[in-house]
Formats: sequence, structure tokens, C-alpha cells
Amino acid sequence: MAGPVLAVRELSKRYGKQEALAGVDLEVEAGQLVGLLGPNGAGKSTLTKIACGLVRPSGGGVEVVGQPAGSPEARAALGYLAELFRFPGWCTADELLRFHQRLVGSAGGEVERRELLDLVELGDAAGKRVEAMSKGMQQRLGVAQALIGSPRLLLLDEPTSALDPVGRRIVRELLEELRRREVAVLLNSHLLSEVELICDHVAIIAGGRLVKAGTPEGLAGPAAVEVETASGVKTFEGAVREDAPRIVAELVAAGEQVYRVEVRHSSLEDVYLDAVGGQTG
Amino acid sequence: MSGGQLRSAVAVVGLSIQEGVRKRVFLAVLVLTAGFLALFGLGAHFAFDDVDEFAAGVPGVLDAHAFTGATIFGLAMFATLFLGAVLAVFLTLGVVRGDAESGLLQPIVVRPIGRTTMLLARFAGAALLSATYVVLVYLAACAITEATGNWSPDHLLGPALGLALAVAIIAALSLLASTLLSVTAQGIVVFMVFGAGLTAGLMAQIGTAIDSDSLHQIGRIASWTLPFEGLYAASLHALISDTSGLTGVILQLGPFGGSEAAGTGLIAWAFAYLAGVLALAAFVFARRDL
Repeated sequence: MAGPVLAVRELSKRYGKQEALAGVDLEVEAGQLVGLLGPNGAGKSTLTKIACGLVRPSGGGVEVVGQPAGSPEARAALGYLAELFRFPGWCTADELLRFHQRLVGSAGGEVERRELLDLVELGDAAGKRVEAMSKGMQQRLGVAQALIGSPRLLLLDEPTSALDPVGRRIVRELLEELRRREVAVLLNSHLLSEVELICDHVAIIAGGRLVKAGTPEGLAGPAAVEVETASGVKTFEGAVREDAPRIVAELVAAGEQVYRVEVRHSSLEDVYLDAVGGQTG
Repeated sequence: MSGGQLRSAVAVVGLSIQEGVRKRVFLAVLVLTAGFLALFGLGAHFAFDDVDEFAAGVPGVLDAHAFTGATIFGLAMFATLFLGAVLAVFLTLGVVRGDAESGLLQPIVVRPIGRTTMLLARFAGAALLSATYVVLVYLAACAITEATGNWSPDHLLGPALGLALAVAIIAALSLLASTLLSVTAQGIVVFMVFGAGLTAGLMAQIGTAIDSDSLHQIGRIASWTLPFEGLYAASLHALISDTSGLTGVILQLGPFGGSEAAGTGLIAWAFAYLAGVLALAAFVFARRDL
């Protein structure tokens, strides 16, 4: 079995006295879509930048397709869209993609450029200058740029922050398509609902440490069964859906009158808030 | 350098040139250059006219025509170097720190090209454009002095190449500054260094004129510390190096004259200096978190 596409081991990073990452472990397999969550300043972007070779780690290491992060082989295997990015305003969407094709050595030519622009629904904007595009269009162009050369790993740092709901849907569908193509994706996002919707796996970072990881369903497990009776609302913590009939039967047997039963699930937001302890950057 | 890196480097050189040419500032530089050449042509025309009228029928040891030609062409050389320096700084402004802060650099640096190759490619683009610019402006000024006063430099190509190498060094210094400083600080520092170099060169000229060893020595040290000044002075010298007699001596001592030839030592040092500055810039860039 092939190893993980992205392997983060005991990763730490210090900026002077500030500890941005303190021993983070994380793996992303081929075709896996991992959501990286955390408050501002938690270390998400630093982790992504180390994986890209933009930032040097203070300790531990990152491997991309088995190669040290920052090596030419690792760089050739990844696509990256930064949270804060800018493309030369004077060049057109097509020129930008052509430039990146030359940087990557992609032989995809016009077919690849057209396919990628169509994928992010910018097919009609191939000849449009970047400076004439809205921020949302530029962000979608950024996603297309990151996909030049068919990378095995895609690192996206807040790729939908400037997008409207339609733009977000486009990117969401694109990510699902990438999953089908076995591309590994690490997605930094503050949009919990989005992460919950599309990610196979979620990792929550707070204070430079990985505080929680798992599938969205696993993390956001059932929390309680709530029953409204004549004597008030009774909450059965830890009870699941299957426990509801038994709980109701026991209450009725005990002489209670039951008016409403609700199986409560904790959302990813609850899990997140619980994990980060109300931290915000 | 692998084939892939070479291809990427060519792409970045192309991007740098396109970026430079497509910016409105480049158009402004072209318009200003056209204005400068037009004014220079007008000035040269009247200068030659006046001096020919003034010196007509007056036999003397000073060749007034050559003196005028060399002096106004020396002025053109200064203006060419200045405009070339402005262009070199403009093309390298914010190339590392500025572009990193605005997010322009990261999408390129994460590609397999590698930081050193990317930096050298950015330098190559800026140096190529500014060197081509100074050579063209120099040749245009040559054509103007030839047309207006029938005067041309003693050596045509040497001074042009000297100026081209000088602006390449300024581009390299500016690139090094861009790895360390913010955009504004970079511009200020590089122009201060440029001004300091020219001032030191002028001091050396004054030192030669008044026969002051100390001043001359300071100028020489400055020329080697900032070899763009040495190259500029040597280019000025090459303009009139074959002009003999009192005219040649006075021209060498003038503000737009040069008393020292380039020599292989200065040229070799200039190339070594260029390589050293670029290596230092690459070293700093390689260790920078983006």
C-alpha cells in the first residue's frame, strides 16, 4: 500500500518566542479531503506553508509523496492557493495559467487551460485581465492555477473566503471531483458547515497543537435524547436514537405523559467550540 | 541547473520583462526618455552652433568643438545612467519582500523552480531590460551628437557596455535590498547608495584636479566598493581617451570626464562583485520564511 500523500510528523515552528506549532502529526491519503480547522493564529497557515516549502520548520518534518517538503519533487507534486495571494494584474487568466504550466513543466497546453477554466466556471474569462476580475473570480482562478499539472496534493488556505454562495458551490463540486480523481486535499477553512459537508476527515488545531481529529460524523456524534413531559424537559445525556423508544416506554411506565421526543446531535460547531475552548485569534 | 529549472527560469525572465514593459511606469519612462533626447538634441544643436561661432577664426590650443561634444555627451551619459538606475530599481522594487507581503511571490516560489533560480531569473529580466535601455539611449545620444555637431566618442561600444554592466550591478544591489527591506526603504537605500557612489566619483575627479592624493584615494576606494561608479567613470574616460593635448587633459578633469580607464582589473572585479551580491541575495532569500 502506498504511503500518505502528506505526512506531518511532530511538526513544530517558533517565530521568536511565539510558538506557532508544537508537535503536530497529520496524514492525508490519496483521494482524502481533510479539513483543517482552528481559530485565527492557531497554526493552520503555518502548517500549510511548511508543507509548501515557504516556511522552514523548527522541528519535526513534513513529507509530500514521500519527499521532504520544499524539495523539487515535493513541489512538483503539489498545488497551492494561499489565503492572501495576488496575481499580476496585467496578465489574462489564460496567460497566468500558461505561465504556471511552464513553471510546472505541464504539457497540457490549451486543453488543460480550457478544462481548468471551465471547471471553475471561468471559461468565458480566459482573455480577461486579472485586474478586471472580481475577488471571487480571482479566487476561482487561483484554484485553477493550483490545479495546473494535475497535482497529487492540493493545499487550499481559505479558498472560499471571497466567494459568494454560488462560487462556494462551484469550489465544493470541484473538490468532490478531485476526490474522485484520487487527489489528496488539505483544506484550511473557517466555514465549519462547508467542512462538515465535504471533508472526509477533520483536524482541529488550537494553540499550535492538534486537539481533535476524526471524521465529521465521528466527531459530531449523538449527544442526547431530550423528552418533554408534563413534569418538564428531561435530557438523557449520551443516549442515541435507538435508546429513544426504551426511554419513552420507561417514562410512560413511570406515569409520565410524553409530549415530544428529540434526538440531539452535537454539530461540528459544538465539537469545534468545545475543542478550542472559545479561543479566537 | 536541470532542464525543468532552465525552462522555468526562462518563463520567469519573460514574466519580468512583460511585467516591466506592460506597467504604465515603463510608458512614462519611455515618454520621459523621448523628452530628454529631444531636449538633448536641441541643447546639443545650440551648443555646437554657439561654440563654432565663438571659436571661429580663433586659433588656439583648445579644440572647442571636441570640448563641447565631449562635455554635453558626458552630461548625456550621466542622464542615461541615472535613467537606467531608475529603471533598474523600478524593475526590482519589492521583488522579494514586497511581493511576498502582497502574496505575489508565493504562487511562483511553491513551484519546482527553486528560490535561487527564481531570484536569478528576476535579476536577469530586470538587468536585461535596463541594460538594453541604457545601450539604446546611449546610441541615440551618440546619433544626436553626430548629427548636430559631427562629433562622436573616441570609443563607441566600450562605454555602452560599461553603462550596461553598471545598471546590472545597480539592479543586483536593489535585488539584495529587496530581500531585506520593505519597498519604500529599498528604494530610498538604493538611491542613496547610487548617489553616494556618484558623489565619491566626483570627489575623486576633484582630487585629481587639485592633485589631492587623499581625495583621489577616497574616490578610488568608492569606485571599487561600488563598481557601478568605477564603470561609469571608466566609460566617461573611454569617450575621450584618444583626445590629446590640453583638450584631453581638461576633459578628463571636468565634471563629466573620467581620468581612469577601466582596465581588466575593474571589469573582472565588477563581474565578481555582481556574482557576490547575487549570491548574498540568494543566501538571504533561501533563509526567509514566506
